[in-house]
Amino acid sequence: MDTEFIIEYIPLYVEATKLTVSIGLIGIALSLIVGLLISMIQYFKVPVLRQISAVYIELSRNTPLLVQLFFLYFGLPKAGISISSEGCAIIGLCFLGGSYMAEAFRSGMEAVEKRQEEAALALGFRQSQVIRYVILPQALSVSIPALCANVIFLIKETSVFSVVALADLMYVAKDLIGLYYKTDEALLMLVIAYLIILLPVSILAAVLERRLRYAGFGN
Amino acid sequence: MQDLGIRVLFMGNNMQRLLLGLWVTIRISMIAVALSIVLGIFLGMLMTVKHPVVKALTKFYLEFIRIMPQLVLLFLVFFGLTKSFGINLSGETSAVIVFTLWGTAEMGDLVRGALISIPRHQYESGAAIGLTKWQVYRYIIIPQILTRLIPLAINLTTRMIKTTSLVALIGVIEVLKVAQQIIEANRYTVPDSALWIYGTIFFLYFFTCWPISLIAKRLEKKWKAA
Repeated sequence: MDTEFIIEYIPLYVEATKLTVSIGLIGIALSLIVGLLISMIQYFKVPVLRQISAVYIELSRNTPLLVQLFFLYFGLPKAGISISSEGCAIIGLCFLGGSYMAEAFRSGMEAVEKRQEEAALALGFRQSQVIRYVILPQALSVSIPALCANVIFLIKETSVFSVVALADLMYVAKDLIGLYYKTDEALLMLVIAYLIILLPVSILAAVLERRLRYAGFGN
Repeated sequence: MQDLGIRVLFMGNNMQRLLLGLWVTIRISMIAVALSIVLGIFLGMLMTVKHPVVKALTKFYLEFIRIMPQLVLLFLVFFGLTKSFGINLSGETSAVIVFTLWGTAEMGDLVRGALISIPRHQYESGAAIGLTKWQVYRYIIIPQILTRLIPLAINLTTRMIKTTSLVALIGVIEVLKVAQQIIEANRYTVPDSALWIYGTIFFLYFFTCWPISLIAKRLEKKWKAA
């Protein structure tokens, strides 16, 4: 192990970590929004939009992010649509994550019994109030484990961003291996960087899950 | 799109080459899934053992493999092993190793979940009506575990196929690499082929994974009712 080498190149990894985290966060936030929107569309059975979102979910869940990124970054410019590297990465992550988040929300909303909605309506709640005050709070506590798993999954998926020419962690590691043949050092820093990003998220997810287990209604 | 790039697909044996490329990823996933299911069952059973050392080791393995992006694991095996231990593995072999390690962790966790979901009284009632230990497993435990596990194992297969697309990044000639070759070869005659080729690959993956996930969904629904 060449410690001098490691110390010299830590700043590169710090930069790459920042990039991975920031794009990951934007992508995850957007996929949460898309997921919530889609689960609402399916809950209210909005015609047309419902069919479109069903097709979208199947397309996004049954194709790899790598292939989606190749299409966005190398394919679309040929149709006259050029998107920057960052744009492709964010759109790709959101396209992939949206469907996973939607499924997580949906399973949470299905767990809330029908009679609760009926009871709320009988009390004179408007449809939007039923969602806001009765369904969503309970659904969310059921969905949290799945949502957390999706967040970790999406952060892991960011590791393919180097193919759209983003200088992320994988890109830096591969570069250092190619340039200096310091494979061990580069890989060690790579593993540590991902541990630094993912361990806190994973621990937080476990804590949240444990606390929310008591949040269910009537049990 | 003035000059339709789609014709590249039908030039020479391009379509056939793409399909062969797809077969490379599917073959890697099939081998990895088969190995993962066998090893995962062992790991799952091992994880129900209440020995502290066994518990710590299996937990460490599971957490490490599941927290690292699969691409990082691929790099560790493909670049790391070569440099540190002088073991030269082809891209395909490293892929099989990595995806088996990963699949075993995922499968092991599923098996463990299925095993602990069977309440103790089922074993006890079985023993009480005079079944031998083997008969309890054969007629009571295994049928229940299988109905839970089979849909999940099928789902793991689609995840495996999607994840193996990463092998393109360690230089295995699979469908994306073949696509790049075709696009490069026709750069001057058909400059717009990328859109069509990558679009085709998108749908190739979709039509590989979609039927498999449909089967998993159907089985899950069917067996949940039973």
